[in-house]
Amino acid sequence: MDPGLDGSGPALSLHNAVPFRTPQGNFEQPPPGRRGAAWRLQRLALWLLPLSFLAVFFFLPFFRILGYSFSLDTLTAPNLEPAVQSLFFTFYQAVLSTLLTLGIGLPAAILFAHYNFPGKSLLRALTAVPFMLPTVVVAAGFNALLGPRGWLNLIAMHSLGLSVPPITFVGTLGAILLAHVFYNTTIVIRIVGTALSNLDPKLQQAARSLGADPPRVWWNIVLPLLRPSLLAASLLVFLFDFTSFGVILLLGGPSFATLEVQIYIQALQLLNLPLASLLALLQLLCTIAFSILYTRTAGRTLVQTAPRSAEFNLRKSTTVREKAFVAVMIFVLCLLLILPMLSLPLRSVSRLDADRGQRGQIQTGFTTDYFTELFINRRDSVFYVPPIQAATNSLGYACATVLLSLSLGLPAASALTKPGRMERILDPILILPLGASAVTLGLGFIVTFGRWLSFPWMVPLAHTLVALPFVIRTLQPALASIPDRLRQAAASLGASPFRSWLAVDWPILRRATLSAGSFAFTISLGEFGATSLLSRPEYPTIPIAIYRFLSQPGGLNYGQAMAMATLLMALTAAGMLVIEKLRLPGVAEF
Amino acid sequence: MLEVRDIHKSYEGQPLLMGISFTLEPRQTICLLGPSGSGKSTLLRIIAGLETAERGQVLWQGRDLAGTPPHLRDFGLVFQDYALFPHMDVADNVSFGLKMKGWPDDDRTSRLAEVLELVNLSGFEHRDVTALSGGEQQRVALARALAPRPRLLMFDEPLGALDRALREELIGQLRLILHRTGIPSIYVTHDQEEAFGIAHRILLLHEGRIVRAGEPHHVWARPGSTWAAGFLGLGNILPATVLDTRARMKTRCGIFVVHCAHQHHVGDEINLLVRPKAVAQGTLFKGIVRDRVFEQDEFKITLSNGLYFYLAQAPHVGKGITIRVRMECLGRRSDSEAPGS
Repeated sequence: MDPGLDGSGPALSLHNAVPFRTPQGNFEQPPPGRRGAAWRLQRLALWLLPLSFLAVFFFLPFFRILGYSFSLDTLTAPNLEPAVQSLFFTFYQAVLSTLLTLGIGLPAAILFAHYNFPGKSLLRALTAVPFMLPTVVVAAGFNALLGPRGWLNLIAMHSLGLSVPPITFVGTLGAILLAHVFYNTTIVIRIVGTALSNLDPKLQQAARSLGADPPRVWWNIVLPLLRPSLLAASLLVFLFDFTSFGVILLLGGPSFATLEVQIYIQALQLLNLPLASLLALLQLLCTIAFSILYTRTAGRTLVQTAPRSAEFNLRKSTTVREKAFVAVMIFVLCLLLILPMLSLPLRSVSRLDADRGQRGQIQTGFTTDYFTELFINRRDSVFYVPPIQAATNSLGYACATVLLSLSLGLPAASALTKPGRMERILDPILILPLGASAVTLGLGFIVTFGRWLSFPWMVPLAHTLVALPFVIRTLQPALASIPDRLRQAAASLGASPFRSWLAVDWPILRRATLSAGSFAFTISLGEFGATSLLSRPEYPTIPIAIYRFLSQPGGLNYGQAMAMATLLMALTAAGMLVIEKLRLPGVAEF
Repeated sequence: MLEVRDIHKSYEGQPLLMGISFTLEPRQTICLLGPSGSGKSTLLRIIAGLETAERGQVLWQGRDLAGTPPHLRDFGLVFQDYALFPHMDVADNVSFGLKMKGWPDDDRTSRLAEVLELVNLSGFEHRDVTALSGGEQQRVALARALAPRPRLLMFDEPLGALDRALREELIGQLRLILHRTGIPSIYVTHDQEEAFGIAHRILLLHEGRIVRAGEPHHVWARPGSTWAAGFLGLGNILPATVLDTRARMKTRCGIFVVHCAHQHHVGDEINLLVRPKAVAQGTLFKGIVRDRVFEQDEFKITLSNGLYFYLAQAPHVGKGITIRVRMECLGRRSDSEAPGS
């Protein structure tokens, strides 16, 4: 789970989405007997780099934030009022979003768990895509569909001859809620759907034979048995909605201030670092509390399963009611999940309105202008450099993040593979940065390294902090999956240590490293929360550029935002494909 | 009481049940016996209303049940893996059916005590079902099915997951309970000992059809087909050819006279059943002992011609023996029953 990425968690795959849970099975028992001093030294060497990194870039900023929050000057009435207000709104929108997500997700889970229909696996794969998209892409996608310059509004204006867009979407609570549902429905589908398809169908048959009609079977048998997974899914969805940043900033606007957005506003616009720190602390406490709750419930989700019941539960829809249910659900899911993702790339190559305030007849139709415009340095544009420079920056940052997080993650993961007492203590510490939101991480950098912020390396450092837990959790199971017996067998067959490493470890390690690297790459590309606080105006990243384009007037800026977001979507999709291809067989999804 | 008429059902395009018909009388226990995959459980679910047949009817006292949903049929079901509700304790599991039928609280409590007593589980009310042993879980499942006084009880391989000793104990208890309550029941199993231990009537299911129906000892005495004899493990199947009209049959072990009710022609390919137990009056077999194994209180000996027999006292390997056993005709050999199978 990831409250750390900007808001609703872009650029992370479901397969590794819960680094809070250590894959316990992979821990081997430590060999009996005392370990030598050399062994201990080797451990320390492995830990040195990752721990020093965390100490400097996570714990130091964290204590600075604590120091700010606990000073008496901070706890004043003018500070507490926005704090309480944004805390309340954060809860309010998160609860609403979670309920709506359950409202769509539960029937969708039933659809996937119980019914066979053509194109099912494709639709199922599609439902997982939004979860991994960067928030700016999602915001741009919904903007392209429902925004003032989006498809629906422009089509309505053209066909009805209106002068103002009929649909007000951007800047409403509805936009925030819809985007959250779009993001998180897949969580409910995965967690509850898995529980549902693992549910022994005989339990329901037994209840039927004992005189329970279908609604009572649901109420008395299915729902109670699904409760742990429903709870786990709701908590996870709630956690993502609670820490949502990009969606709220881009689609809600400044009038909807969640804790995250309030931290951003206080830190960047009002320069009230003490209040920002207090909010960050509040945020952190809530996140940690919900994470602990989630980890506890998630452990109880897989109890009442029967072997081979998954396919047993599947059937074709037969009655009219079942057919209607399947058709409606497929339609709703397509509408919700595919339309925004489709309207974005289409909008980026369609000219539908004036570029900037022209009057008279506008040429509408296919255009590549928005893409070519990205390469031109205009004086009156939002940037002083050609916008495509943002892509170059992003790629550079992403490569730096990959290198950094791999060189920190590999030693930590190999130390965790054969855990001693030290590893058991250090393991949760490594995951701790996830508890802090990306905006909080950015804030920590600001309050700690204020002087060095002009240094462009700050952004990849922050990205590394976000990516590191995912990198470690990708590498560790792969490393642990290499049995010692294979190395021993290679050695007994006469291989030197290096040769046996080359023959046994390397092939497995190569895949895992590539996969972890792609993870870090996609996370860095889409990261918005920390970057929005840290990036210098002259070094924008793709998400920052999209945000700036979207907040500028004019059709050309809008078109460029679409083009840029399409670019990011394509890059993310490429990264996701690599991860999916390299996925270790049998690694659990949540 | 229950009548099943010409049930047809296919699974993934393959015919599974092809015209199953039988009737169940009051107080009777019928056993559907057949190998796994023969469609027994599907037939049970069709009777329970949990699945629909493509053709045929299920009637209760002459009334078609097609429009009656499972929860209104009043047919109890006991599953192989018990299907106890894991989120309820023993008492809630057992009184679930009573609750669904709207029994008042007092009646529920007394009925609960009554059925738990019946299955020897008094005092287990507040135990967690997941903490019970397999045999106890099975008895809770039985109590749960019995509690609402169903007009029919159905068992789907109810003892399949238990070990042999427990199975024998439970089948005895089950027989007593069914006898005492008088509820007509259908029992599905692939285990012939279970079937013979509980059923008044056995229906042998093979390739979607009932190939033999009758009381256990009749089925045992006259399996009626090579497949049935093989499935029930009744003895050696010996391929033979009809030599003449005086019932002389030629086999690889010699020529035997076997009288039967079939109309055979000279040259017909048939199968003979050679029972493995020695009898005073029977066909004489000779052979050389190739192998002997001690099983329970007898020796199982295998002769060099491949036939096996059970003897109380067995000669050593390599010695010749003579033995008298019963032999009967299983009818014409079909292509699927190649010699030696």
